Amino acid sequence: MKWEVVIGLEVHTQLSTVSKIFSGASTAFGAAPNTQACNIDLAYPGVLPVLNEAAVDKAIRLGLALGSKINQKNVFARKNYFYPDLPKGYQISQMDLPVVEGGQIAIQLGDEEKVIRLTRAHLEEDAGKSLHEDFHGLSGIDLNRAGTPLLEIVSEPDMRSVEEAVAYARALYTLVTWLGICDGNMQEGSFRMDVNVSVRPQGQEAFGTRREIKNLNSFRFLEQAAKYEIQWQIDQLEDGGKIQQATVLFDPDTGETRMMRSKEDAHDYRYFPDPDLLPVRIGDEWIARVKGEMPELPEQMKARFAEQYGLSAYDAALLTASLAQARYFEAAAGDCGQGKLVANWINGEIAARLNRDGGDIAACPIGPQRLAGLVMRIADATLSSKLAKQVFDAMWDCDLSADAIIERDGLKQVSDVGAIEKMVEDAIAANPKAVEEFRAGKEKALNALAGQVMKASKGKANPAQVLEILKNKLTA
Amino acid sequence: MSLTQQDVARIAKLARIAVTEQEIDAIGQQLNDIFGLIEKMQAVNTDNVEPMAHPQDVALRLRADAVTEQDRRDAFMALAPQTEAGLFLVPKVIE
Amino acid sequence: MINASLKALAGQLAAGTVSSEELARAYLDRIETLNPLLNAFISLDRDKTLAEARAADARRAAGSAGPLTGVPLAHKDLFCQQGWKTSCGSRMLDNFVSPYDAHVVEQCKAAGMVTLGRTNMDEFAMGSSNENSWYGPVKNPWDVNAIPGGSSGGSAVAVAARLTPVATATDTGGSIRQPASHCGITGLKPTYGVVSRYGMVAFASSLDQGGVVAQTAEDCALMLNVMAGFDKRDSTSVERAAEDYARDLARPLAGLKVGLPREYFAEGLSPEVARVVEAAVAELKKQGATVVDVSLPNTALSIPSYYVIAPAEASSNLSRYDGVRYGHRAAEYADLVDMYEKTRAEGFGAEVKRRIMVGTYVLSHGYYDAYYIKAQKIRRLIANDFVEAFKSCDVILGPVAPTAAFDLGSMNNDPVEMYLSDIYTLSVNLAGLPGMSVPAGFAANGRPIGLQLIGNYFGEARLLNVAHQFQLATDWHTQQPAL
Repeated sequence: MKWEVVIGLEVHTQLSTVSKIFSGASTAFGAAPNTQACNIDLAYPGVLPVLNEAAVDKAIRLGLALGSKINQKNVFARKNYFYPDLPKGYQISQMDLPVVEGGQIAIQLGDEEKVIRLTRAHLEEDAGKSLHEDFHGLSGIDLNRAGTPLLEIVSEPDMRSVEEAVAYARALYTLVTWLGICDGNMQEGSFRMDVNVSVRPQGQEAFGTRREIKNLNSFRFLEQAAKYEIQWQIDQLEDGGKIQQATVLFDPDTGETRMMRSKEDAHDYRYFPDPDLLPVRIGDEWIARVKGEMPELPEQMKARFAEQYGLSAYDAALLTASLAQARYFEAAAGDCGQGKLVANWINGEIAARLNRDGGDIAACPIGPQRLAGLVMRIADATLSSKLAKQVFDAMWDCDLSADAIIERDGLKQVSDVGAIEKMVEDAIAANPKAVEEFRAGKEKALNALAGQVMKASKGKANPAQVLEILKNKLTA
Repeated sequence: MSLTQQDVARIAKLARIAVTEQEIDAIGQQLNDIFGLIEKMQAVNTDNVEPMAHPQDVALRLRADAVTEQDRRDAFMALAPQTEAGLFLVPKVIE
Repeated sequence: MINASLKALAGQLAAGTVSSEELARAYLDRIETLNPLLNAFISLDRDKTLAEARAADARRAAGSAGPLTGVPLAHKDLFCQQGWKTSCGSRMLDNFVSPYDAHVVEQCKAAGMVTLGRTNMDEFAMGSSNENSWYGPVKNPWDVNAIPGGSSGGSAVAVAARLTPVATATDTGGSIRQPASHCGITGLKPTYGVVSRYGMVAFASSLDQGGVVAQTAEDCALMLNVMAGFDKRDSTSVERAAEDYARDLARPLAGLKVGLPREYFAEGLSPEVARVVEAAVAELKKQGATVVDVSLPNTALSIPSYYVIAPAEASSNLSRYDGVRYGHRAAEYADLVDMYEKTRAEGFGAEVKRRIMVGTYVLSHGYYDAYYIKAQKIRRLIANDFVEAFKSCDVILGPVAPTAAFDLGSMNNDPVEMYLSDIYTLSVNLAGLPGMSVPAGFAANGRPIGLQLIGNYFGEARLLNVAHQFQLATDWHTQQPAL
């Protein structure tokens, strides 16, 4: 039987605020245990939550970027369950009226684009951490993370393959980091994915029973876990078995998913509106303010780059893969006024090297200003492309500007007509065979002569000038 | 409506309160009495009435994103039943 | 001196006829003598109290005293106070020494008031008789066989027995007004949001409100001036300009329109309470007030609505008591879940457990709409009744409780009977209105009876005015138990 895969994602993005969603404790990562858990995070008797405005701002940003509805009245609710890393015995979350509803995001699959619909995005607080190292057979609880703001972004079950799921996750990742609402640090848990997976016979309309893989913190794990889970479900069904709704965990060591709890064990969360918090009212002015603070979105910027700098759609897309990259490009292009050349360098030499070193644009040792300086010397014919490459190599390993390196190494292109004429005459005199061939109609012979001239100039002669003068001399 | 022993056991479990076999009948009886009182509200027609979650019909006030709390771990840890290395200790958490 | 009002004591301190330390010693001595009988206090700390008193005297000597600097007070044991055990009357918090101050405590400290101790209460403020305390029942000073009322029973008894001139208290369904009524003192529950709940251990967040019990309405006004005020740490604290709650005390009552809700004088009200309330109405009429018949048709529904909403919120608010970070933890357990279940079974008393279970049930899957949402809809109907009633009157007047204080132990095994006695106080909390209890007479057995005054939203100054004018013409509030 042919099986069709159905996948939906719930992504917990940690919002990049400096303080927690309901308290003034720091959210900085990596502090000693429980040093960033205040009386509110620890749920002392009598403490009360006060909502962090920046968390709502960031949720609105996402909503605007996805074309979602921003609920002008949204409500925080309590999700009640007992767990040692949940100090209050409930998590403050949103249920009936989340801050963001609907919206969509486009994903690229080869040449095709597909639109994935969003169900909702709601604000909530993170829990703490249980550490299972050996404390005499006990668990240790660190509540530094408790109260960190999360935006849970829920998609519709619109994905039909693991590739689509990964593409969606990546697109969402790009967007939340682009918008500056999430630092994107996956190792630190800033972007955690729950994946709902089901399969159904090709052509069947009703969804199959789903299982949810919890808490994946890399795209590779997402891919591995979803692939394993799909095959597991298909095997079950083909063996005549049934899928039970369940929550499962992925074990990266074995590459397998294993059952965490079945539907029967599902919690009864007893959601109700949090009486310590009133409804959040988001007026038009608030939305307008956030709109004004939004960075240009990737799609808009891509189109503008193509138009403004005369770039191909492909180049523009590469440059807008991240906001940092796009900003780098604009800074460099703005400084030298040579968008096309800058794009070539970023998408060519720089991308190749960063790729080799496994870094992104933030790790590029040549800043946009220095790159602009180099490009300017190419544009004004000070450097040939060969020399430019040489200067670039030097720049990669030091802090000097292109001009300083040109000066230091004497790499200035020779464009002095008299000097070039002299070298051309020497080359003609020294290579009568090539001259003869050219005059017999063999155009290629010209290149050999030009090569001799370039060699004689140690690569510094302006190649275009060399060719022109050569031609003039030979056809005179 | 009448709560059974199973209902009482389920509620107690949800609320994480240990209830002994001996207590369960008495608790069930008291809860049933209380629900007898509560059921009286079912006789009232509340169609088209907006639920009232709060005495105030105003918008939530928000705070600016700023760190205002200092580390007070030592003072807090001193109140905890069991701690080690800056952590609260509990019986093994099984996921 | 012990019988002086807060106002009078403040005057003596200002005049220098007594020092704060002398005052504190006098009250502490009296507490030492009488507390073994009355059980009004959970915690006392002579050294701490005297240190605070000396600091207040020093502040006065330095010329920076405020109106209430050096005046002693007692705090209900659910206002977190740094360095003091804050037990909430519960075994769960028997070992909990608060690491921070409630807003109310901060305000009293800033005013220079001196803490005499921490008063007994029904566990987590759940109860109407003060029999639900881990520290044992509080006794009514008028008759030690009677309940003092609850949940602020310790605070009310401390004021009635002159163990303190004034005490903080809280009211979720009548917990200030009912014990004030049963103890013959004056109590004020402000509009929801006037007093910050920060540091006030939560019972039911949308109903809880801090307030005060004192000998007189005037004293309540002075205390509210200290306790009230916007606090950004409580998202439900009302952002309003500060006001002087004593500003209208002297206003004559001529032209005052007093609404009498007919439902408050119907079946269930004891004849002697009815008689006391009617006499009070006659007094107000004598002063020029007119009486208006009003209706609060959903009064009876306040009981089911309240006993769904309050336990629902409480079941969630009390989930934090899990034996992990502070408070009681069971000595022996098999695993994590067992630790939770034993800790909570041991740490909470019977009434608290009952309400947690009711609340858990009404919020659970499949019952939420039928109970919780239904109760909230009825809450709206009840609040609307008041809006309607206040169109034709300035204050509403009625009884606080159907009877004078009942006997200790008489309702121990009948929670429902006890709940029914809250009929006249619950609606005020559901609507979020201010309410007072003012001493107005005595039952045949000598137990006090209070009069309830209900104001419109933020109408505290008017309420206090009516109560004060009533007290200028009557002496019920000056009578005290023989001890």
